[in-house]
Amino acid sequence: MKMKLRSYKGQPLSMLLLALVVLSITVTVGVFLLLIGYILVKGVPNITLSLFAPVYTSENVSLLPALVNTLTMTLLSLLIAVPLGVCAAVYLVEYAKRGNRLVSVVRMTAETLSGIPSIVYGLFGLLFFVTALGWGYSLLAGAFTLAIMILPLVMRTTEEALKSVPDAYREASFGLGAGKLRTVFRVVAPSAVPGILAGVILAVGRIVGETAALIYTAGTVAGVPENLMGSGRTLSVHMYALQSEGMHTEAAYATAVVLVVLVVGINALSGWLARKITKGGKGRA
Amino acid sequence: MNRIKEKGAAVVFLLCACVCILAIVLICLFLFVNGLPAMGEIGPLNFLLGREWRPGNDIYGIFPMILGSIYITAGAIVLGVPVGILSAVFLAKFCPQRLHRLLSPMVELLAGIPSIVYGFFGLMILVPAVRNAGRFLGLGGNGSSMLTASVLLGMMILPTIITVSESAIRAVPDSYYEGGIALGDTHEKSVFFIVVPAARSGILAGVVLGVGRAIGETMAVVMVAGNQARMPAGLLKGIRTMTANIVIEMGYATDLHREALIATGVVLFVFILAINLLFSALRGRAKP
Repeated sequence: MKMKLRSYKGQPLSMLLLALVVLSITVTVGVFLLLIGYILVKGVPNITLSLFAPVYTSENVSLLPALVNTLTMTLLSLLIAVPLGVCAAVYLVEYAKRGNRLVSVVRMTAETLSGIPSIVYGLFGLLFFVTALGWGYSLLAGAFTLAIMILPLVMRTTEEALKSVPDAYREASFGLGAGKLRTVFRVVAPSAVPGILAGVILAVGRIVGETAALIYTAGTVAGVPENLMGSGRTLSVHMYALQSEGMHTEAAYATAVVLVVLVVGINALSGWLARKITKGGKGRA
Repeated sequence: MNRIKEKGAAVVFLLCACVCILAIVLICLFLFVNGLPAMGEIGPLNFLLGREWRPGNDIYGIFPMILGSIYITAGAIVLGVPVGILSAVFLAKFCPQRLHRLLSPMVELLAGIPSIVYGFFGLMILVPAVRNAGRFLGLGGNGSSMLTASVLLGMMILPTIITVSESAIRAVPDSYYEGGIALGDTHEKSVFFIVVPAARSGILAGVVLGVGRAIGETMAVVMVAGNQARMPAGLLKGIRTMTANIVIEMGYATDLHREALIATGVVLFVFILAINLLFSALRGRAKP
């Protein structure tokens, strides 16, 4: 260490740069620790069993209904977006010919879609699903809005996963006389599954954390609706509602912990899967 | 039979690929059809440059909100970009492997935290901190302010900027760095004056992506910015962004008011489209 410090003698600029870099990463780590630490310290003591009571009342602001709605919303959005996104990616990677104009148009629109802020999706969902199609504030309207929002993410990650499957697999399959469809679904897709899953899990993270796109599509009713055409709020919207009512700060802290834990878990799962593919890829090559 | 199946599947895949295009067309159509007439009725100039937003009196000028979005985004850039880029430099060029295995998931996690949680954190920690600092310095203000929102957004765009910049820096061939070292530069100098400039298109793309995130952020900003619909009055005064305008008033707005809010969404959408175009142009340049 002393040797290293001495090597900076007469190099004030280098020393300054080093200091700046170290300072910045310290700030980043500090932000992280402050954020996570604060949420955990304030939230964990507020997690009580009554928060998980089956029914929401104005005295006991149970988060269980919101958790159930989050689950429903996630499943429903994935049910819509994943088949579409995967099939679209299959077309782009396996079917489209080189230099196909449509491919570049689809890529461009997907990129544009992924840059649109969630409030604009919410606005669109309100205008289209809620008003024009007459669905009203409902889980279904919310799920369709979120499905459009995560579609580019699912498509993009599936594309990458399909591309990483070696061409030798396809050639072998064709060589054995399999058709294109069979090759895609029996040979290429199975080896791309971990990559696709990693993308899907990232999408789940976005759905769980989403608020702005849901307030005016799925609404803010605190219970579990009887069917998909009913309004219901997810965990994030629940947290927003709690803090804007200003009466249940403890419950809001606890909800924040549940949200963070969910998102951390989801991210860890996605990262683990992604690492699995890179390892698997190396093994194969 | 098999040929029909193959053909059918190809058509289905093609249709799925077109859903993205359909989605963007629908979004444009519904936003513009619902928003533009209101803009026409209010008068495009009155709407875009009007300095007053008083729905009660049918006065709809969103200039304060446009400025609000721009100011807060600029603040977030000033605070977040230097820290983000320097952190990326650390992760790419200064960080021991073992530390990297710890820090990189941390950055990913920061990116995954929902904006509502950031907003809550801002409300509980940053707002009181800014309020107390304002009082201590005799500047006043109740804490919900442009400064608070900028700090919070600066934190929120950190992971975006770090991830994109780090991969841009890593993409620079090692020979650039080695050339610098061979000429007698220190590690720091070759990183900062050779490697980082070579990665500037990629880094800039990260910054533009961060700008898009910041300008589109809604929930976190609503919770800490104060949301007064008037011309920005100072760093420690409340401010309202376009996103906040929509989310706060959409719940009870009717008729022209509602359409004016949708038109606010149209303006925001146009901003985002411009930023996206810039981003793709920059990324196109970053990849030779």
